[in-house]
Amino acid sequence: MSREGVISKISGPVIQAKKMRGSHMGDVVKVGKEKLIGEIIRLNEDNATIQVYEETTGIMPGEPVLDTGTPLSVELGPGLLKSIYDGIQRPLPLIMHKTGDFVSRGVDIPALDRKRKWSFDPLIKSGTKVEGGDIIGELEETTLVTHRVMIPPNLRGTLSWIAKKGDYTIEEPIAKVGSDGKSEVVTMLQKWPVRKERPFFKKLDPTIPLLTGQRVFDTFFPLARGGAAAIPGGFGTGKTVSEHQLAKWSDAKIVVYIGCGERGNEMTDVLKEFPALKDPETGESLMNRTILIANTSNMPVAAREASIYTGITLAEYYRDMGYDVAVMADSTSRWAEALREISGRLEEMPGEEGYPAYLGSRLAEFYERAGRIKTIGKGSREGSISIVGAVSPPGGDFSEPVTQNTLRIVKVFWALDTDLADRRHFPSVNWLRSYSLYLDEVRSFREKGIGKDWYALRREGTKLLEKEAELQEIVRLVGPDALMPKDRIVLEGARMIREDFLQQSAFHLVDTYCPESKQYELLRIILDFYAFMKKAVEKGIRVEELLESKSKEQIARLKTVPNEEFEERFKEVRERIKAEEKKLGAG
Amino acid sequence: MEKQQEYSLVTEVSGPLMVIQGVKGVAYNEVVRIKTTRGEERIGQVLEVSEDRAVVEVFEGTKGLDTKLTSVRFTGKPLTIGVSEELLGRVFDGVGNPIDDAPPIIPKETRDIEGRPINPFARAYPTDFIETGISSLDGLNTLVRGQKLPIFSGAGLPHNELAAQIARQAKVKGETEKFGVVFCAMGITREEANFFVRDFERTGALERTVLFLNLADDPAIERIIAPKIALTSAEYLAFDRGMHVLVILTDMTNYAEAMREIAAAREEVPGRRGYPGYMYTNLATIYERAGRIEKKKGSITQMPILSMPDDDITHPIPDLTGYITEGQIVLSRSLDHRGIYPPIDVLPCLSRLMAKGIGEGKTRKEHAALSDQLYAAYAEGRDLRDLVAIVGEEALTDRDKKYLKFADEFEAKFIAQRKDENRSIEETLSIGWSLLGLLPRSELKKVEEEDIKRYLKDAEKK
Ligand SMILES: Nc1ncnc2c1ncn2[C@@H]1O[C@H](COP(=O)(O)OP(=O)(O)OP(=O)(O)O)[C@@H](O)[C@H]1O
Ligand SMILES: [Mg+2]
Repeated sequence: MSREGVISKISGPVIQAKKMRGSHMGDVVKVGKEKLIGEIIRLNEDNATIQVYEETTGIMPGEPVLDTGTPLSVELGPGLLKSIYDGIQRPLPLIMHKTGDFVSRGVDIPALDRKRKWSFDPLIKSGTKVEGGDIIGELEETTLVTHRVMIPPNLRGTLSWIAKKGDYTIEEPIAKVGSDGKSEVVTMLQKWPVRKERPFFKKLDPTIPLLTGQRVFDTFFPLARGGAAAIPGGFGTGKTVSEHQLAKWSDAKIVVYIGCGERGNEMTDVLKEFPALKDPETGESLMNRTILIANTSNMPVAAREASIYTGITLAEYYRDMGYDVAVMADSTSRWAEALREISGRLEEMPGEEGYPAYLGSRLAEFYERAGRIKTIGKGSREGSISIVGAVSPPGGDFSEPVTQNTLRIVKVFWALDTDLADRRHFPSVNWLRSYSLYLDEVRSFREKGIGKDWYALRREGTKLLEKEAELQEIVRLVGPDALMPKDRIVLEGARMIREDFLQQSAFHLVDTYCPESKQYELLRIILDFYAFMKKAVEKGIRVEELLESKSKEQIARLKTVPNEEFEERFKEVRERIKAEEKKLGAG
Repeated sequence: MEKQQEYSLVTEVSGPLMVIQGVKGVAYNEVVRIKTTRGEERIGQVLEVSEDRAVVEVFEGTKGLDTKLTSVRFTGKPLTIGVSEELLGRVFDGVGNPIDDAPPIIPKETRDIEGRPINPFARAYPTDFIETGISSLDGLNTLVRGQKLPIFSGAGLPHNELAAQIARQAKVKGETEKFGVVFCAMGITREEANFFVRDFERTGALERTVLFLNLADDPAIERIIAPKIALTSAEYLAFDRGMHVLVILTDMTNYAEAMREIAAAREEVPGRRGYPGYMYTNLATIYERAGRIEKKKGSITQMPILSMPDDDITHPIPDLTGYITEGQIVLSRSLDHRGIYPPIDVLPCLSRLMAKGIGEGKTRKEHAALSDQLYAAYAEGRDLRDLVAIVGEEALTDRDKKYLKFADEFEAKFIAQRKDENRSIEETLSIGWSLLGLLPRSELKKVEEEDIKRYLKDAEKK
């Protein structure tokens, strides 16, 4: 049922309408003669306040507002993968075909293709009792992903009919579910309101690492499947590159990338690059597991606010199929600013730095949708959503509200550092400030999988870096030449960890992705070399002599050894270290 | 079709804003024509409208307006500008009126100056290397066609010379076609504007240039629209006429100040340091109007210039700009004091589009690695320079002394160049290699061994 009101005031993306009594909070409305999409965000007797997801130029008081009576929802079904949508799930390629290279408003295009046929394969028989979450059939959505067709969450009953194996569009009936004498048709197209979390059976502890192929993340500050991480950093410190790296190389089954108020070219970069990149496991194109949401900085700010909910809801849908999903949100600060702008137009009481008082709770609600879970439905599956949110603190100062509120929620903190970025130490993750609270959770998994001393090595590495920081305080007072040889060796060891292990170029053909075994071996060989240096100086060998060691130079080049050859090369270098030990009589 | 209603119910004039009561049928953002008591015409734009009240920002300022006799006409249209190729070679004021004594142009089309966002799906990723002839750019912070790369500067630093030198020298390898230039001045002095005009004149670029001038003594509020007009013209020249357009916007700080003034007049809740909370979004609607579009020939490369208040890079204006643009070129007062031109402090500089604009077939295969190595070495040398100030040079190890020397030489030979010196990329890279020769071979871990053999030897021979 639709209700019609009248616009009474326009101020940027926020409008007021009257004669709206009976409408609901969160209802989607069509604004003005051009039927721009909006959402009711406040109701006061007869008056509704509406945030409009499109540019409002030219709209006049007196124009109509049509209440659709439904909340802001996304379409779910096959065809989501490989898509690129704006913040409210409008397909950007189709918008382009309809309105040209520049985005116009008032375009009404469904998110999923209504004509395309998918070859549906039923998995259960009619007569079976079904409930929300049950898988009734599947289809190949892309070469990487089998799409599992599920009974919608709130439906239960007896399957009275299921379609035969064959090709169907998403709107054609594929099953009927009867209960209490009523019969409901199930199609592959389902809808879900974005601001409401999809149901699951129960939460599980995140104990499995989400491997990313990035050494500083996997080895030093690991993220777990179902966990949440924040990457704060000033401009140009590498948030986006990190998010791209995670989207490319993390071992999630599905990636949802939300470009939230950031640059157009960065989305283009993903669009151009991903199809050509190969999944390291399967060799298939990475685009086949990716969904992009692009609401760039110059696109309407209200749709930017919605974009992260659109993204997370799509992620939940694949989680419910039993998949591990990774969600990248770049940047949550731009989302928070959208919230602030709308709040300002509502003339709400501003909190810290003008952000609304509910900033913290909104952020928590969003990150709360991450998690490793058991799904609803029979044969309950395990799925997870990991969230990595970029944060863009003004002036690179982490004391501001968005960073602080985020830190209260997430368990992994990858602090990017302008000083490191300036000297081109990438990823510019500050090893002293960053942390992962999943370390103990993933420890046993890693020790079983990769090496019993995984945790011990990591500790030794971080300790060396801490020691370095202490020594640098002294160097600052007396200069490096005054240090004892054993301390100079600490500085050298720490330097090797920084330069030869932590630094990892996203643009290097080989080093962009580092398998976990190589990560482990690399750290081990560096620490072995450090042990060798330590022994050598104890025996009175000069530091300078050690610095000219050929094997030290070779270690520096190990990270770029092609992944197929690295074991071979590591062996050679190890032998060389032994030989040097002998030669110097430090063995 | 222009609406005919005239209103004279101006109830309030404050700062750049005007409130009009008793209006009907007014659209959000539409243009308003204002007649002062003296019969003078001004234009404004609707910022907020309710059933019978409109808030209007007045571009030429509200001085001389009153609440009695000023009359207002609503045009029913957003702010537009007429575009055609005739724009080239012409000079306009900040709202697009010709000020060069030539007749108005005959527009091919009229366009909304707000423009519309480029569909991210329609963009082509910028990858064409622009050789500027300036080593700190070409070698370490490469500019590509379609990039937005600002210059962060400060009062008294030679940003104008640098921008003019880039505009003069910029070329794309293997192409003879030249840039068109759209130059937009916001609140700079006549002298500064003349510097550019003379430079364009001298090099014959003037006939390929469109100038929009809002000078220091022009109404501040016009600075809000000047860059939008400039970019609307640039979009036409680039995407309809296939030109490669370089847009110089100077000084963006004045633009942001004008924005703050309007926000204050509206009594909005201020964000950081008094600037409006939506400044990021607002600046983005300017800076994002750079780029390339798939299947279109032209491009828009943006070079905004802004002065950092108090030389503070964390000030909201440079900070938010850096969060939007694809890197930044940062000028340093200390290099300038030491007589180094261009005084580019390369450490905080960045070109985000460099990775895909360099390498084999574009510049040279080892370019990225060489740049990384130079950065690492220079950063280390700079640290040591700070250390030496405290502990003295004697306290350094031999290795450290080499880095110290490297940093000095790097500034003297690589960064410094003459104002008319146009170095080829090969020259730039080979200066870089010869500087690496100052360091112990075992320290060069970022460059490939084969390249060391090849280029370091070459450089040493010279
Ligand atoms: N892992 C990396 N390897 C190599 N270069 C990197 C890496 N991370 C970052 N960089 C460099 O740093 C630049 C800036 O990174 P990025 O665009 O990710 O910054 P950002 O933090 O997202 O900045 P902003 O907040 O302005 O969007 C990149 O263009 C690249 O040159
Ligand atoms: Mg970024």
